[in-house]
Amino acid sequence: MTDTDITSQAIDGMGPHGTKVGLLRVLGPAHVWALGVGIVLVGEYMGWNFAVGKGGAYAALIACWFAGILYSCVAMIDSEVTSTVAAAGGQYTQAKHIIGPLMAFNVGLYLTFAYTMLEAANAITAGYLIDQVAGMTGHQGGIDQRPFIILAIMFLAWLNYRGVLATLTFNLVITAIAFSAIIILFLSTSGVIGAGDMKHADLLAGQASLPYGWIGVLAAMHFGLWYYLGIEGTTQAAEEVRSPARSLPFGTLAGIMTLLIAATLTWYVCSGTLPWEFLGDGVNGSVAPLFDTARLSGSQALVWLLGIGTLFATLASANGCINDASRAWFAMGRDRYLPGWFGAVHPVYRTPYRSIVFLVPIALIFALGAPLDQVITFSILSGLLEYTFMPLNVILFRKKWPLATIKRGYEHPFHPLPAITLLALCSVTYFAVFLGYGTQLVAMIGFYIVVSLWFHFWRYRFVNRGAQFTMPWPRPEGY
Amino acid sequence: MARYIAPVQGKVSQLIDVIVLLILSIGALYLPLWMHMAGAAKTPGVVENPTWESLGQNAVQAGQYEALGYTPATAADLITARFDYSFSYLNLIVMVVVIVGYFVMMLKFSETEYREVIAEKFGEK
Repeated sequence: MTDTDITSQAIDGMGPHGTKVGLLRVLGPAHVWALGVGIVLVGEYMGWNFAVGKGGAYAALIACWFAGILYSCVAMIDSEVTSTVAAAGGQYTQAKHIIGPLMAFNVGLYLTFAYTMLEAANAITAGYLIDQVAGMTGHQGGIDQRPFIILAIMFLAWLNYRGVLATLTFNLVITAIAFSAIIILFLSTSGVIGAGDMKHADLLAGQASLPYGWIGVLAAMHFGLWYYLGIEGTTQAAEEVRSPARSLPFGTLAGIMTLLIAATLTWYVCSGTLPWEFLGDGVNGSVAPLFDTARLSGSQALVWLLGIGTLFATLASANGCINDASRAWFAMGRDRYLPGWFGAVHPVYRTPYRSIVFLVPIALIFALGAPLDQVITFSILSGLLEYTFMPLNVILFRKKWPLATIKRGYEHPFHPLPAITLLALCSVTYFAVFLGYGTQLVAMIGFYIVVSLWFHFWRYRFVNRGAQFTMPWPRPEGY
Repeated sequence: MARYIAPVQGKVSQLIDVIVLLILSIGALYLPLWMHMAGAAKTPGVVENPTWESLGQNAVQAGQYEALGYTPATAADLITARFDYSFSYLNLIVMVVVIVGYFVMMLKFSETEYREVIAEKFGEK
């Protein structure tokens, strides 16, 4: 590890120990945007609507905005830290340098699980969509979705295996199309162009406004995260962008702005078209709400556009998730937090190919064996633990390396207000999760406690101590 | 501080580590599902011979359901199903203790390891 230099201009990224073959620095800010928005935009196409089920449409809107504040804090904090810690592994590498090895190991697992579960959810949705299209084109009795789920994951894993530039350029194109589809649906149905078709006043009348009262608003925060979950994944590209200090903050902050717009427009058109009980049931009701909204618009062109948008959004998200989960897994392997075998880079394609291949069957196990809301919950819980780590991380970062000691590519304003806000909103979301999925939450934390003990008392012996600190920073204050 | 030289891990030991992690993670994620303790199931209400009116739907809501292909009978379970948000304060306290305890443990162990890293990287102060 000491023979690598993260800031080197002479080699591409950090090679595995003793080699000069590293990840390829070929990406620009647009790819960073495509990675972040690509992973998340599927959240507008499916999953966010569980928040409607938890508390009604208005509750989902409030959750959308509060989750928006939560993620704005995440994006600001992440942009500052990652513009300084420009390495694959993202928050894992941040934790390693700022808090310590055990926290880093846990964060690496949060990242891997959040993205792998999200990938599984995407594959489930892609399978559902194919089934819907088959039904719309006259097929009777439904189709077996499993081959399509397997095919989607295998194809995207292959793409990731072959190279990051093609992978994220593909993401850029399909994400742009999926985002445009939301804008076109909004313009076509909201009354901006032509006669509007929104029915908010009638659909949200009476008990439909807040069916569970204010506790429903709290409960909705659980799935409110789904509007934006994964935007922090932009940091995983840190070792493959040409200019991390500029591209990462730009791509991440542009990404969160895109998502705030997309989330609000999505809520507006869906809640103005679909009855809340149908919209809020993502298993027996509306699996793909934007697609269902297009179906009720009466326009065949919109149906096809949103069908394609949904498919592209799921593929872009799964694609980005494979990219991010494999980088986190790879970075841990490279540092020997996991077996060093995973820390290899493909000699030709310059990708973390072993990590990419290893995570495929895990995604398939969940895509083929668990219901959508459970898979989404697993992903959200891992994300929530990660967001709880972030405020601790940035507070310690500013304390150990005040602004004058390290030059940042971006300095987030009003510190520590965003960190405190983020921590407060995370607490609210824990309560929201507790209201419906407390068992999973406790089971998952139980898992992290067990693996933490396993890491601390067994695995950490294989990790070199000082050598894992790879950033060219001065000694932290207080140490 | 003396430089720590990590032992080289054999291939079998690496494989065992991966298997342990896989079993733990799949177990943690699937256990609540296998034990039927996962998630909050909604409970549908009972409505005899449902009509849009008896399901509390106004004309616009009923129209949208019909456009989606539902009848009052097929939509009844969807419309009447509700979550139960009642909870026990004891369970809430247990959850808070588990989360806070987890992060405290994380920070404490990490700090010990981190001091070792800094001492080796930058030398003893």
